[in-house]
Amino acid sequence: MGLGLIKRRRWFQAFSFLAINAYIPAWFKGEIYQGSIKGTCVPVLNCYSCPSAMGACPMGAIQNFFATARFNISIAQYQFGLYVIGFLGAVGSLVGRMPCGWLCPFGFLQELLYKIKTKKFRIPKPLTYMKYVVLVMFVVLLPLLIMDEYGFGQTWFCKWICPAGTLEAGLSLAAISPDIRGQLGFLFSWKFAILVLFIVWMIVSKRPFCRTTCPLGAIFALFNRVSLFQMVIFEDKCTLCNKCWEDCPVDIKVYEGANSPECVRCLKCVDSCKFGAVDYKFINWGQDTLAPNSKSET
Amino acid sequence: MKKRKLPLILFVLFLVIMIAGLSLGEYAYVLEKAISICLSCIGIG
Repeated sequence: MGLGLIKRRRWFQAFSFLAINAYIPAWFKGEIYQGSIKGTCVPVLNCYSCPSAMGACPMGAIQNFFATARFNISIAQYQFGLYVIGFLGAVGSLVGRMPCGWLCPFGFLQELLYKIKTKKFRIPKPLTYMKYVVLVMFVVLLPLLIMDEYGFGQTWFCKWICPAGTLEAGLSLAAISPDIRGQLGFLFSWKFAILVLFIVWMIVSKRPFCRTTCPLGAIFALFNRVSLFQMVIFEDKCTLCNKCWEDCPVDIKVYEGANSPECVRCLKCVDSCKFGAVDYKFINWGQDTLAPNSKSET
Repeated sequence: MKKRKLPLILFVLFLVIMIAGLSLGEYAYVLEKAISICLSCIGIG
């Protein structure tokens, strides 16, 4: 990937947003896209109830598997979400969190909002661990363990937290469908308040949702150190000037951990570093180009 | 050397898991959910 391509990342993000939400006629029909390709998972947080969404949100899909696991077993239907787990693991072990940096529409929105000129605040590091709690509690345990009388669980993350769903599905469908508009109540108000909170936070901090709350980002983050794609630091070239930290959309000091779980592999640091101290490579993929003084955590 | 093989092993392993899921008909299950309006996502129920 050349520097020219890295400089055009915004175009990639915009194209990805449009490609994932390409079914424009849905907006005029007041319904959601229902084509047969919609069972294909996308490696980003993009609500499948967004009218024009062409693919399935892996977080929504996996929660549905967990929420119906007991019922499915009771009717001898053995589907546990292996398709989604395998998909996420395959993407993660290939490129780690790269889809967050290059493809995710909600990540793109956060980067755009951060461009608004105002006082900025750093996010304390302990808050970045919250996304793992959200993943374990709201995506896995609660859907699996809390059942209604028929043996069905709920999609807890979608229902109580996901601001992407509120924006892409809630507000969009409310705008185009009077039926949906008529049913909005407390739950929508709660989710709308969460969305507003995050939007304000996005203006003053770098990608706060990705770093503190996104369960999909949490899954991909686990793969950053063991993915085929790896960031590399050439310690002999690094002057600790902190330009990479200043430009990083997730506020990490690249020289302290090139493959940090927080890194979204946007490669901005490769472009920012005027000393050529940051690079990337695919391991087990052709010839290893690492120099003797380079540092990679694999 | 041992550590460098891990990413490739993981990639192949998860690919196999994904194919296993597809062979169990999970694509149709995901499709069924994805083409229905998700009331939880909207904030209705």
